[in-house]
Parts: sequence; structure tokens; C-alpha cells
Amino acid sequence: MRINCPHCGLRSNDEFSYLGDASVVRPDPAAPNATEAFYAFGYERANIAGPMQELWYHAAGCHAWLVVTRDTRNHEILDVKSAQEVALERQKAAGTAQ
Amino acid sequence: MTQSAQTARLKDRGLIDRSQSLTFTFDGVPYNGYAGDTLASALLANGVRLVGRSFKYHRPRGILTSGSEEPNALVELRSGARREPNTKATITELYDGLEAKSQNRFPSLSLDLLAINGLVSPFLSAGFYYKTFMWPASFWEKIYEPMIRRAAGLGRAAQEHDPDSYDKAFAFCDVLVVGSGPAGLMAALTAARTGARVILVDESFAFGGRLLSDVRTVGGANGADWVNSVVAELKSFPGVQLMPRTTVFGAYDSGQFGAVERVADHVPVPAAGVPRQRLWRIVAKHTIIAQGALERPIVFGNNDRPGVMLASAVRTYINRFGVKPGETAVVFSNNDDGASTIADLVGAGIRVAALVDTRTVLQPATKSFARKHGIRIFEGAVVADAIGSSRVTGARIVAADGTSQNIACDLIAVSGGFNPSVQVSTHLGGRAQWQQELAAFVPGALPKGMAVSGSAKGTFGLASCLKEGAQAGEAAAVASGFQAKGAAVPAADDEPSDISAFWHVKTAKHKAFVDQQNDVTAADVALAEREGFRSVEHLKRYTTLGMATDQGKTSNVNGLAMLAQLTGKTIAATGATSARPPYTPVSLGALAGEHRGKHFKATRLTPSHDWAKERGAVFIETGMWLRAQYYPKPGENDWLTTVCREVNTVRNSVGVCDVSTLGKIEIHGTDAGKFLDRVYINMMSTLGVGKARYGMMLREDGIAMDDGTAARFADDRYFITTTTANAIKVLQHLELCRQWYWPDLDVQIFPVSDQWAQYSVAGPRARDLLAKIVDAPFDISNAAFPYMAVAELTVMGGVKARLYRLSFSGEMAYEIAVPARQGDRLMRTLMAKGEEFGIAPYGTEALGVMRIEKGHVAGPELNGTTTAADLGLGKMASTKKDFVGRVLSQRPGLTDPTRPRVVGFRPVDRSQRLRGGAHFIGKSDAAVAQNDQGYMTSVAYSPSLGHWIGLGLLANAESRMGEILRAYDPVRNGDVLVEVVPATFVDVEGARLRV
Ligand SMILES: [Zn+2]
Repeated sequence: MRINCPHCGLRSNDEFSYLGDASVVRPDPAAPNATEAFYAFGYERANIAGPMQELWYHAAGCHAWLVVTRDTRNHEILDVKSAQEVALERQKAAGTAQ
Repeated sequence: MTQSAQTARLKDRGLIDRSQSLTFTFDGVPYNGYAGDTLASALLANGVRLVGRSFKYHRPRGILTSGSEEPNALVELRSGARREPNTKATITELYDGLEAKSQNRFPSLSLDLLAINGLVSPFLSAGFYYKTFMWPASFWEKIYEPMIRRAAGLGRAAQEHDPDSYDKAFAFCDVLVVGSGPAGLMAALTAARTGARVILVDESFAFGGRLLSDVRTVGGANGADWVNSVVAELKSFPGVQLMPRTTVFGAYDSGQFGAVERVADHVPVPAAGVPRQRLWRIVAKHTIIAQGALERPIVFGNNDRPGVMLASAVRTYINRFGVKPGETAVVFSNNDDGASTIADLVGAGIRVAALVDTRTVLQPATKSFARKHGIRIFEGAVVADAIGSSRVTGARIVAADGTSQNIACDLIAVSGGFNPSVQVSTHLGGRAQWQQELAAFVPGALPKGMAVSGSAKGTFGLASCLKEGAQAGEAAAVASGFQAKGAAVPAADDEPSDISAFWHVKTAKHKAFVDQQNDVTAADVALAEREGFRSVEHLKRYTTLGMATDQGKTSNVNGLAMLAQLTGKTIAATGATSARPPYTPVSLGALAGEHRGKHFKATRLTPSHDWAKERGAVFIETGMWLRAQYYPKPGENDWLTTVCREVNTVRNSVGVCDVSTLGKIEIHGTDAGKFLDRVYINMMSTLGVGKARYGMMLREDGIAMDDGTAARFADDRYFITTTTANAIKVLQHLELCRQWYWPDLDVQIFPVSDQWAQYSVAGPRARDLLAKIVDAPFDISNAAFPYMAVAELTVMGGVKARLYRLSFSGEMAYEIAVPARQGDRLMRTLMAKGEEFGIAPYGTEALGVMRIEKGHVAGPELNGTTTAADLGLGKMASTKKDFVGRVLSQRPGLTDPTRPRVVGFRPVDRSQRLRGGAHFIGKSDAAVAQNDQGYMTSVAYSPSLGHWIGLGLLANAESRMGEILRAYDPVRNGDVLVEVVPATFVDVEGARLRV
């Protein structure tokens, strides 16, 4: 695969390392159900066939974490965004900046 | 010298260079050939027909094809360390001095004693591995397996190290064209004319594909001349890369292709600095697959005899190589390829005894041509069996009326139609589709950016191939952003390509082979079907059809069609097996490239490595690093003597240890403290400027990840260290925390591991030594620079440095860091200035001994199963804040008080040695798994105590001080009584740190 890093351009996937599903968000540690929420965050994943948002790290490049939308059926990469920008937007939407 | 002249060489034909005569040997016999020959064409030119023995039955085999699909003509090429088995003679480019040997023959090619396998063949039929050798089980290893390996085998690999080098490279282009036949050449030319960057790849050493093998006219010129003109024009474009001798073996995601370039396989020994092969990763915006189609045989009796050859290969040997593949031919076909073949045979002066076609009515033109040349025509007929054993002597023809007759011949040219090469175009998952009117599989859904053109797509006429190639080339260039220039297509004719599917001659009397490389017969396919293996994937695995190194290029479709006939299903409903990379075998050398031996991975050296080497250090690999393990002095004959001396020097005077391999990270920003509070279990925001603190990080699941120190140089400027092993992992984790968890924090992270050379200076004289190198006015006194102080300063007269008063050894100690390029100088300066104190450098071994003496945990304890509490560091965890891993570290399973925790051990008999990995068992319990109570993680001989000590993980550790246990190590026959003791063995109060 080749991933279009917003900072470095189109690069081979050997420069990146993979973390996993980007749709799971670190829960609020102060919430009353924090233990269950962190358990789900740590261990429960959907096995998605189709476009999936994933976290990739440009280890041999700019060290940016990226949210890559990849079709798991054919490895087609549909979108790449800076994870920090995605996270900031998410915070803004939820009004949860810390 | 040369045994025979090239008796089968045609005088007036061929694209070989007769001015360049080459000498080669086959099974030790010298022969001559010409530049431009393959080994197969040169053997045929010399009348050599028998070139190998088959895999299972040791049947004599010849040359079936003229390409990389060859199942039979496999040879051992070269000798000694360069010996390469299973090389296809049909694509081996002839060179002067080539040595080849036949395979699978015992004792010789013409007399093979193991051909008796053919007589016991009922036992070697489909599924024989699963059935025949099942009983008794004990026979398998001792009798059956060695026997099968002796009898059925391919060539022998070289035993020596490969003396040649292999290279890897990347290539990028707008348009990749795979295959240089009419479609590929037109595609490349049309794309190149727009200015696009084009790569044209062909597995052969000559471009042109079938245009080199068939007598055709293109744009008024002879086909081969037209090829030369196109190649010349392609060479004139700076953006075009021509890659002959290169096989695209696989298609991968995002327009990437794997290819092997045989850079120096056509010379005896690669020139200095030239790799034998180069593995390419080609990245293409658009790709045109124009790999053509492969002719398939018809399955009839004894169809594997030397002298049975694909009709298209017969034409290749005549037209491209100027070789007569036989003297008298019978042509057997189910399509119009038979007519083309008789024309070329007649043209080359080869007698054609008969044209046998399964179709009931042939073209009038074919019939009149045949009449004119005395060729008997059999319509609606078959060749049922080849006659002859080590070579064909005739064909048994069964006519439409069922009558049978033998016709003498030494060549049977066979065509069962053409299989478009759909392998590379289906590698990414698009299923090939059956097209009944073509009697062929064509590519299915194509990956993005890929087009297929020409006969690879099922377009068989020459004019159509040229046109389709031009269109594909233009479309790919335009899609890459180039301006169309209009695709001028040279004039040519479409040859007739009528076909009526025909697979298997049921009137055959002899063994009829479907897969010649794996010796799978028509009877095997029928047997598999009878026994219930009716899906293609089951058929393949049960019979091994298509599973040889040729991946069934001449057999898969035939086998599938025969299965469809047996089950009464259509071919479309029967399905197709999937092709997977590689298209043709790729040598392990090419895949490894330069990554062999010492170069398997990178070696990282610290800035003062050369000094350590001069000093005679023994090095140890830790990850990619080479670290000094210990520094033996002359006369010290074992490592323990050296390590004890190094430890004693540190404990009594001063030692210096290179700790440059530690991970080092700058954490800057107004929220740096807040950020570190969230990644360490303890509080870092309260750390004073000019101070350092030990810290521990957890994974989000509550397990300890790494430990190190955080130092604060300014309100918004921290510097942290990680363990050597986790440097990269921790950085990645911190970046995730910064960018993804808390993107709004004002924090920046810089890895600086390689920027600083760092040394631990430890021992009661450490301060005296450092005082000699720090520049005034820095005050290094205990009062001004106490335990856990940090400072930025200069040393050695103006060298920027950082000083940390940290101790891993338990002695009064410092870590001093200087810019990496100053590391060697600092080490040499410390050693020179420390001479008066009797300074010694110490390595990782002494470092380890001292940390065990102090009970500090390291890699063996931070092993991915332990929590902070397990490591005795539970109290460090702050309850005033959240941090990564906090929530899940409170899970019942991780807070269970009976979990094994780190504790110290010493042998009851102090003279006994301890062993890491030994398991703890109750003193009077049996050594069985259910009595296991933990294990020893780290051991060392303590020079300070004069006996072995250990750290280990033990259940209910705290309440068991003084208890005696067995430390049981069945692997090394260790069974030692040990006493549970506190984990700190030396300076329990930590007084020495603070003096
Ligand atoms: Zn990047």
C-alpha cells in the first residue's frame, strides 16, 4: 500500500506502523462507568469489512499519527487526515477540550 | 571438442547471431549454439530431445514449450556454489561456458532405474501421500519418506553460500507496461509519445513477444523489423525505461508491482559490482498488462513423450531460433493455430505427415494448402496416443469414424487453444471469468489503475492487439495527466482464431498427463472426482495438479475442464483456482537482497565505540546496538573475573559506563508538565526546575511499559529517558498521547537519542573526577548539586553538556551528556583524568550486576506481564490524577494480592550458582507445573557479597521473607534451595547516593 501523508506525500506503507481502529475514542476516566468503558476501549473491536478508519503512524517520516480510511476488502485508501486535526475537531464538536 | 554440429539448425531463419558462436555443456557433453539462443533452442539445434526425468514416475521428458510456463525442461544450471536447480531451459539465455545438468535421473538420463516407479504407478496415484503410506505409522519417517524423497525430487540446491550479490531498487512511472508483444509495444509507444514516464518490462532478453516467433507483417514491415524500430524509438525518450530480462511476478496494492531483473544470469559470473539479480518494486500510476496468452496442450496418451511440443513453441523454434524441432510432424489441434503451424513447418522444410483437428469442418484454404503439400487431413479426429518411449516415433490417430491408424513422425505439435495470462491481473482478487466463445478464462474485475490488453485479455488477432494496445497506452497516459497525441496504429491482419473446446482424448490407451511437472494424469483427476474431491481447490490439493513450480500454467485449465466434464457442470460453474504471486519462482537471494549475514539488520554504534574497541571491549548486541559488555584486561581469562573487577572498582573508586543507547526525548511546551502527569504514573508537574525524578509509564491495559527519568530544565522544558529497548516504542506512544488523546495541549516532542553521547560516572570518587572536567564557575559540590539535581553547563573548556545526578549502580553517581560528536573525546578525557583514581570502564554486564545488587528492575522484570505493583513500585502511582493505564490497572486481576511480585533470592548454600528462568516450588513439593509459584527473572554473582543473588517473581512475596524454596531448572539440571530476601542487597538505606 501507499499512504498519502499530509506532510510528506505519497509514501510506501513500510514507513508506517499500524495501531488499529480510529473510531474508538479514549473514554473519560472520571466517568462512573470508566472501567467498563476502558475495557471496551482496550479490547473490543469490530471486524469491519469495508471502509474503516484506522490509526497509522509515520514512523520513518514526520512522526505524525494519521487517520487513514482504508477499505479492508481491497486495501484501497480512500482518505488520509492528520490525527491531531481529527481529534481537535472531535473535541470542538463535543466541547471537551481539556 | 564439440561433439556434434548443429544438425537441426535451419540455414535461412532465426533471430540468432550466427557470428557469435557459444560453447556450452549438457550433462558434461560440449555443444555449440549462438548468441540469441535459449538453452532449449540450442539443445534442439544439436538434436538433443531428452532433457530430464519426471518428478514422480521418472518418465523421459523433453521440451514442451518455449517460455516460462515450461513444466518439463528443468535443469540444474552452473555448478558449485552457483548451482541453481529447476531452471527452465526454455528461458535460460545461452552464454559461453554455460553448464547444465539434467535432473531426477539415476544413474543417468538415458538409463533411469527409478523409471520403475511407472510400473508401480497404481500406488502413486492421486492422494497417494494420504493413503498408501498411512500404515504402519512408524514406517513413515524411516522408510516411506526417505524413499519418496529419493525417488521424487527436483534438482539439488547449492550447499555453499551464494557468492553473488543481489540488489533491491524502487522505480516510479506514469505507465507500466508488462509484456512487449504487439499490444505491449503499442501501449508503451503511444504512452511514451505523450511524454509520460513509461517502464516496459519483458521476461525475455528480447522485446517483441510473439512477433519474434510468428511470420507476420506490421505496417508493411516484417514483424521483427517493426519491433526493432519501435524499441529504437522508445529508447529515444528520456522518460522511458526499458527492462528486458525482467519478470513482473506480482501485483500489490496501490499500483505497486514486484519484479525480478536477471541482471547477470546470462553471464557465467557477474562482473565486479554487478548483482546477479535485482528485485524491483515498481510504483505505477497506471499499468497495462500485456503478457499475452499461453497455449495449452490437449491431454492424450503418452502426451509427455519428448517430441510432443506446443504448436506455438514449434513456430518459435523455427522462426525465432532457426531450429527444426523435428523432421516429420503431425499437427494436432482444436483451433486455427494448427493451420498457422503447418504453414511454418512447410516453410522451414519440415515434412508434415498429417493435420489432425477435432473440428469436423476445416477452412477450405487450409485443406487446399494441405493437399498441395501432401499433408493428410483428419477432421473430427484425434491423436489418441504418442508412440515411442524416449522420443516420439509416431502418432496413433483415431479418425472421426472411430478407425485407428499409426502415422510415423518424430514431432507432434499440439494446440488446445490459448489461455490468456490472467495471473498478474487477478493477484489482487479479481476472479477470472470463463468465456465460452473463446474457450478461455479472461481477466475479471481489475484493480484501480490497471488495464489489460491484447491476448492477455482474450483479444487474439494481431491487428486487434495493436489497436487495443495503442488505445490502452493513450488512455493510461491521459489518465496520468498527459495530452493525447493520437494513436497511429500500423496496418496488420487479424489471423483466424476459431476454436472448438476440446480437452481430453478418451480413446487414449496410455497414461495421459494433465500436469506434466507434478506427474498428474487424467486417471488421477477421474479418481479424485470419484472419491469426492469435486471442488477445484480440493482437486488441486488431492492430486497436486497445478502445485508445481510452474503453477499449472499448462495444466490448470485442462484439469478444471476435465473435472467439469466429469461432474457434468459447466466450466463457469466449476470455478477457477486463484493465482497468487509469484508468477514465476523468485530466488530467495533476490528477496533477501543485501540483507544477509551481518547486513541482515543495521548495526548502531555509540559515539565512543572506536575507543571501546581500542580498549579491547567485548561487545554484545542489544537490539540494533553494539554495546560494550565488559572490558577484559590482559591476564583476565574469564568474563566473571573482569566483571567482578569492574564492579569492585565502581564500588570502591570510580567507573565509567557508556549509556548513550538510552532513549532520550525532549518534551517542551507550556503544558509539558501536565502532559507528563498523564503519561507517567507519578507526578511530574511538581518537579522543580533543576531536578530529576524516576518515573514509570503503563500501557493502557495497566501493565508496566517502560521506566526512566524525567528532568526539568525550565518550566516548559523537560527531558526524559527511556530504556534502550523501548526508545522507539515510547516515542510512538507519547506522540499518540499528544496528537490523538490530548491534541489541545501545548506540547512538542523531539527524539534526541542520537544527539547526545551519555556516560554514567559512578563511585565514591565520581565527583572528584568530574570536578576536573566541569568548567568554572559550575559548583559540583554535594550542597550545590545534590542527589537528583540536573544542570546545563560546559565541560572540557566550552563543550556544551548536561549533568544529571542519577544512580543506577547505587553509588554516588552522575550521568554526563555531551553532543554526540564529543562523546569519544569525553570518554578519553574521563579515562585520562581518572587514571589517578584507578578508573575502570564498565560494561553492560557490571551494570547489570550492580542493578541486581540494588534490586532495580530492568527488562527481565518489565516483561509485559508485570504491573507497577508487581515490580514493587505500586506506591509511586499518584491518586491525585489520571494517567494512561490507571483505570485498567485497578482491575481485580491486576490488583490481586497473590500476584507474583519482585523479591530477592539467595542460595541457602552460598557456594551454589543461581539460574535465571528457574521456577520456584515449595521446599518439599514435587517439581510439577501445578506447584509452580513463580520464577527467577535475573541473577548475578555479587562481588560485593561474595555469592550469587537473584531477583524473581514470587506469589505472595511480601509475607514470605526468610522462606526456603526450591529453584528448579530442569533445562540445566538446576535444583537449588533458595531463601526469600528483600530485593535490595547492597546499601539498603541508600546512604551512598547522597554523600
Ligand atoms: Zn509524514
